[in-house]
Amino acid sequence: MSFSRTGATARRVLAQLRRDPRTLGLLMVVPVVLMGLIAWIFPAHDFDQYGPPLLGIFPMLIMFLVTSVATLRERTSGTLERLLTMPLAKADFVFGYALAFGGLAVLQALIVSGISFGIYGLQVQGSQALVGLIAVTDALLGTALGLFVSAFATTEFQAVQFMPVVLIPQLLLCGLLLPTEQLPTVLRWLSFAMPMRYAVEATMVVMESANATSRFWTDLLTVAGFAVGFLALGAGTLRRRTP
Amino acid sequence: MAIDDISFDVPAGEVVGLLGPSGSGKTTLMRALVGVQIIEGGSVEVLGEAAGSAQLRSRVGYVTQAPSVYGDLTVRGNLRYFSRILGAPPGDVERVLGEVDLAADGDALVARLSGGQHSRVSLGTALLGSPQLLVLDEPTVGLDPVLRRDLWGMFHGLAARGTSLLVSSHVMDEAARCDRLLLMREGRLIAHETPASLLARTGAADLEAAFLALVEREGE
Repeated sequence: MSFSRTGATARRVLAQLRRDPRTLGLLMVVPVVLMGLIAWIFPAHDFDQYGPPLLGIFPMLIMFLVTSVATLRERTSGTLERLLTMPLAKADFVFGYALAFGGLAVLQALIVSGISFGIYGLQVQGSQALVGLIAVTDALLGTALGLFVSAFATTEFQAVQFMPVVLIPQLLLCGLLLPTEQLPTVLRWLSFAMPMRYAVEATMVVMESANATSRFWTDLLTVAGFAVGFLALGAGTLRRRTP
Repeated sequence: MAIDDISFDVPAGEVVGLLGPSGSGKTTLMRALVGVQIIEGGSVEVLGEAAGSAQLRSRVGYVTQAPSVYGDLTVRGNLRYFSRILGAPPGDVERVLGEVDLAADGDALVARLSGGQHSRVSLGTALLGSPQLLVLDEPTVGLDPVLRRDLWGMFHGLAARGTSLLVSSHVMDEAARCDRLLLMREGRLIAHETPASLLARTGAADLEAAFLALVEREGE
């Protein structure tokens, strides 16, 4: 792996996105609008209950979609094959994407957290910055999952449909709808394999206690671990030789 | 596409044409040479190394039939990115822009270029870092006659400076522009010689007739 090639790839991905202001706008605006909708639906007490976990989940969904389609475009346009005939390590490619989208995720998380706390009046017992940190980690996880999953799609139609396959079960079992302790046993076990569960659990800690507990940091590191793991798996799915 | 036991030279400073009908295995052979083709059995060696090995990746340039560059970047943006990946010397981007005659369009978005310009960006990418061997898959397909003549002029210019070129085509009138010919049919190499010797051997009036004569002789 080389820093200059990873950096060049990240800069190139960002340059492409600069040419697509509508996508950039949607990336930044959609989570803000969705959080506004949540704030509007629920009375203040319930908003404080459901808002913080969703603050992390929305960026994860969006980054998943954007990344899986972007990577698929590289595969189908032949640019990925060309890059792999050049001295580019697979990790350069994957981490280049992660760096570029990770940068966007930071911006996105800052904007949506800032507006949720500042304008929508969202309140947590603990630190707002930590909620923002979870949102960034979640968005990175979305990027990693999107990169990984794009290997199993050969068309953009397929890539888009992986979102309900990969993310909706996590949404149902992460503890947002029903505390995970109340899930049927098999589903509770399953939830341990789902990164979103740890993200929601970490958020609950910040919602309920003024200090970040060790539980919070273990959960956050688990989510980050999943993200790095799926990036590595994503790099593993890139093939220099194809039929 | 199965390809049987093929071995040939692409000498430095020569343009070798890989010709044959569609589906004869030209693309498969080229993909095997640059190491992106899954190979069922056997081995492929290029410049004394295993095809696709890490040492070869900056010494062999490859252009696919469909231009594979980023439509949402400028011409210069594309070249700059690929030159960083290749570790090409600074100034290479401007050299290549001139070489493929796109100096005036450097800041144009690739998606807005004409088909001919688009494929020249793809070709330019392969020239970055001055590779020893260029593998070009049908680089002139769909281009107008003037552009085709200019590109063949450029290929010979590159060859004159010591680059080896392997250029595929399914139009026989391009065969005459090559220093040496490889004729393929159904995964086999049926000729490997200069255009002049091919004409002499078959007694045909032109290369198209020579190719047909070889095919018929095989059938007997």
